[in-house]
Amino acid sequence: MTMQQIYLAIPLLPLLAAIIVGLCGKFLPRAAAHIVTITGVGVSFVLSAYVLNHAMTAAPYNETVYSWLKSGNFSFEIGFLIDRLSAMMMVVVTFVSLMVHIYTIGYMAEDRGYARFFSYISLFTFSMLMLVMSNNFMQLFFGWEAVGLVSYLLIGFWYTRPTAIYANLKAFLVNRVGDFGFLLGIGLVLFHFGSLDYSAVFSVAPQMADTKVNFIGDTYWSLMTVTCILLFIGAMGKSAQVPLHVWLPDSMEGPTPISALIHAATMVTAGIFMVARMSPLFELSSTALSFVLIIGSITALFMGFLGIIQNDIKRVVAYSTLSQLGYMTVALGVSAYSVAIFHLMTHAFFKALLFLGAGAVIMGMHHDQDIRNMGNLKKYMPVTWITSLIGSLALIGTPFLSGFYSKDSIIEAAKFSTITGSGFAYFAVLAGVFVTAFYSFRMYFLVFHGKEKWREIKHDGAHHDEHHHGLSPTEDPHEPGWVVKLPLVLLAIPSLFIGYLAIEPMLYGDFFKKVIFVDSDQHPAMYALAHHWHTIFHSPAGMALHGLLTLPFALAASGVGLAWFFYMKRPDIPEMIQKRFSAIHCILENKYGFDSFNDRVFAAGSRLIGNKLWLIGDVKLIDGVVVNGTANLIGRLSRVVRKLQSGMIYHYAFAMIIGVFFMLSFYTLKF
Amino acid sequence: MVDFFTQHILSFAIWLPILAGILVLFTANDAKPGATRWLALLGSLASFAVTIPLYTLFNFADGGFQFQEGFQWIASFNIHYHLGADGIAVPLILLTSFTTVIVVIAAWEVIEKRVAQYMASFLIMSGLMIGVFSALDAILYYVFWEAMLIPMFLVIGIWGGPNRVYATVKFFLYTLLGSLLMLVAFIYLFHQTGSFEIVDYYRFPMPLHVQVLIFLAFFAAFAVKIPMWPVHTWLPDAHVEAPTGGSVVLAAIALKLGGYSFLRFAMPIAPDAAHHLSGFMIALSLIAIVYIALVALVQKDMKKLIAYSSISHMGFVTLGFFIFNSLGLEGAIVQMISHGFISAAMFLAVGVLYDRVHSRQIDAYGGVANTMPVFAAFAVLFAMANSGLPGTSGFVGEFMVILGAIQVNFWYAFLASFTLIFGAAYTLWMVKRVFYGEVANQHVAELKDLNKREFLILATLALLVLGLGVYPQPLTDMTNATVTQLLSHLAQSKLPAGL
Repeated sequence: MTMQQIYLAIPLLPLLAAIIVGLCGKFLPRAAAHIVTITGVGVSFVLSAYVLNHAMTAAPYNETVYSWLKSGNFSFEIGFLIDRLSAMMMVVVTFVSLMVHIYTIGYMAEDRGYARFFSYISLFTFSMLMLVMSNNFMQLFFGWEAVGLVSYLLIGFWYTRPTAIYANLKAFLVNRVGDFGFLLGIGLVLFHFGSLDYSAVFSVAPQMADTKVNFIGDTYWSLMTVTCILLFIGAMGKSAQVPLHVWLPDSMEGPTPISALIHAATMVTAGIFMVARMSPLFELSSTALSFVLIIGSITALFMGFLGIIQNDIKRVVAYSTLSQLGYMTVALGVSAYSVAIFHLMTHAFFKALLFLGAGAVIMGMHHDQDIRNMGNLKKYMPVTWITSLIGSLALIGTPFLSGFYSKDSIIEAAKFSTITGSGFAYFAVLAGVFVTAFYSFRMYFLVFHGKEKWREIKHDGAHHDEHHHGLSPTEDPHEPGWVVKLPLVLLAIPSLFIGYLAIEPMLYGDFFKKVIFVDSDQHPAMYALAHHWHTIFHSPAGMALHGLLTLPFALAASGVGLAWFFYMKRPDIPEMIQKRFSAIHCILENKYGFDSFNDRVFAAGSRLIGNKLWLIGDVKLIDGVVVNGTANLIGRLSRVVRKLQSGMIYHYAFAMIIGVFFMLSFYTLKF
Repeated sequence: MVDFFTQHILSFAIWLPILAGILVLFTANDAKPGATRWLALLGSLASFAVTIPLYTLFNFADGGFQFQEGFQWIASFNIHYHLGADGIAVPLILLTSFTTVIVVIAAWEVIEKRVAQYMASFLIMSGLMIGVFSALDAILYYVFWEAMLIPMFLVIGIWGGPNRVYATVKFFLYTLLGSLLMLVAFIYLFHQTGSFEIVDYYRFPMPLHVQVLIFLAFFAAFAVKIPMWPVHTWLPDAHVEAPTGGSVVLAAIALKLGGYSFLRFAMPIAPDAAHHLSGFMIALSLIAIVYIALVALVQKDMKKLIAYSSISHMGFVTLGFFIFNSLGLEGAIVQMISHGFISAAMFLAVGVLYDRVHSRQIDAYGGVANTMPVFAAFAVLFAMANSGLPGTSGFVGEFMVILGAIQVNFWYAFLASFTLIFGAAYTLWMVKRVFYGEVANQHVAELKDLNKREFLILATLALLVLGLGVYPQPLTDMTNATVTQLLSHLAQSKLPAGL
């Protein structure tokens, strides 16, 4: 196999599997669905690993696969750019996808839509691979929307549930708001650069740095700032940044495996990947970077707060994902693109682990997701317990674990940054550490320690739907089989070690040397970070040891301590706080009011305007006054000449054709 | 024989379906509708087959009229039977002959009354519409243009819904007004040039005020047909009352007659006026895209919703025309073809439900995916195509037009891009209410999934929608040369020297 065939095979195998299972799933035995798709994704993963290894030594591959469309001077192509960034993303995507495929065998074992589910997740893998492997903006947009489609289908997988079909429509539309900006950004790129090919655009970008464009009146804006902000609006939709974050918590209506794959590890990080890929453009506009930074900081801190009050196990993890996406965005804003990608990678492992762990808990609890009904699950589900603990420790940034290296680097980068908004960003990411530790371990203690609370709840006998039975007081939770445990263990391993192993080459080596561009004069954070590493830390172990003495570690430790005190020692205190500060609790409960604002203003407003335009514009004015007015006038006239008319519409048409000839003959007589 | 055929492909394309239609009418036996159906299918397939050489024999490098044929028809008026097709007409002709096959199959067991007349109407209409797309003589064009309305009136008037009389009268009034003004324009041009050859009009210089009047006369005819805001209100009514086949032809082809005619007449004959009035045309297009999308959002009747969606999508066609660049113009053409597939599929999908439940109201349904999973999969695919999802044909045209518009004015693209949000909102909201959720009522519980015939037509359209989305280049290869030629023609002023 040539490299080109391998590159083609990597996305096409999952696509082929998705098509086979999607079209023929009904006619095949149940096991065929997972055998076919796992084979597809598995081979894809092996090939991706090979490609990553190859990319370590080879020059980037940048070739067209086929020409999609030509028009005038513009041509649009489907092609691959395989460098270390895309190769690394391919490995992460296919690995997490493979884990999720295996896990799904257990999680969806009894579901009617077994084959459909496997078909969708394989289709997702294809779309995500096309996105990361793209060598141009158009294909990026293709993959971008295709992952959105699969996300839509999977959030609404249980399509009889009202909440699920509300959530999937909401997710699609909010993402479309982001895509609105993204598409305009792509349009500006094509207009001003004459191409959508990454390498062509990036090579001329520096010459365009000072270009001004005029939009309204006499105001001139920097082309780079406008383009980058528009592109970033796309990232805000996909990567759920405030205020376009509202869809992500609701997306938890989908089955848990896809929450891990799509809404934690891969799709939602597409925005982060995109900005890192566009670093040669974003580096040319400090204004756009400040915008990115501030949005990211707000998301990192304020979404974390919401995690504190959630009682649904998946929603806690979802808000944690939002907050971590905010961290990655902060890293982008301070020009530490490689740090953002590094955190993207470590987060993919430990967050997929946490979600799959949550899924195992949900299975153990018979689809009860309320953490207030859990407790002491460590006794019944030891593998889930240990792996979830590893995931949580990685998430809060425990030294030596993977999350520590990436998160601490983001905090350091924010500290060294000089860009507008970096002061706030530094505060936000620091405060976020405490918040993250608190809500993570609140959940951890409530789920795995303490009293077995499901034994105390009264079952009201009200009917539970198919997916929400809950455990009866006399039952014990059981840990699911190896198809569930294996992915947990395989994800726990990189959650422990990948940071330690990868930090030096990825951040301070030349792993991303030719891929990510940083203007160190303007944006020195990354340079300062490297300086810090070489003068103080020297090694991953040095950084971890040093980390034990720093503020973030103290904050994380106190967050864990407080969670322990509140939820293990004195459960009365959180209740009291909730009562005492009910106003704050109310704001958090309403998620700062974004949802009700969107519902009332945008959704209801569009319907209201639509109704007015229809009933007043179309029905009353155009039809009522103009059309029917004319008709009535003709009607009145025709009363006089009614006898001449048959009332058959096609007679009129015939008369018209005859009339044409009549008029023409009139002309000839004249000549 | 082969030579005779290759020299008269367009005549075959026009007259074969018309003759087939007449044959169906005369051989019909109401006791044996089966034979009539097979004959109609055979006729439509043969008519589609004769249009295929238009693609295989097409010279991609030639931007002018190909497959020309003609003779003098009425000498005293210098009227010719002159046919020809360029890169813009050929895709539309293929779309027409293809759609007719779909319509015939779609009617198979659904139409029980007056089968022969129904089938004949569509066959004859197909020939007449191909005539519109291939006529190079203004009067020949006009005859086809008006004549195709007759079968359409019949289709809506006989097989239509309860309010069909109002709908046909409205349709008639609108089109009558427009067509008459167009006829005046033709007669004026004949008076000036002594010819009804369209190509002669292209070369004929005119002062700006005359061009503006000519342009507006054409505008009256074509804007109604497309339809553009504010002369669009006949379309939702006509669709609601029309039987499924009527809606399919109306949306997939009839609307394109208007779009095509802008490119064939209004713009090249009066290019200075087209530039002069482009701001006005763009404004109307953007209103159609945004205003109509909002109106579509609140519709309760599925057919009305899709009808409004059509108007909104056709706004992209006219927007693409009047930004005068190749991305816009070719995007508009792609949009026309793509909309032909998608709107046909959407109306057929509504037909599938209507045949079973006899309601078009959204709230008469709910949870259809439970009882019709295969159908739901198709519906979601076409809904996504209607929302312009990349990978489907619905994306290509909109993408090109938006990229073309941003080169003219950022705010044109900005407003047009609202379709990303609104298009998805009205389409997917409808999908949610009709297909998702618990089974809403007894009717839905008793639904049977697609039969083989329905599966066949929806699957064919699905393949086309995906094929054009994944690889649109074969289509733009056809239009490239013609569009380049048209743009260079439009760039040259036709004002008489010295004015």
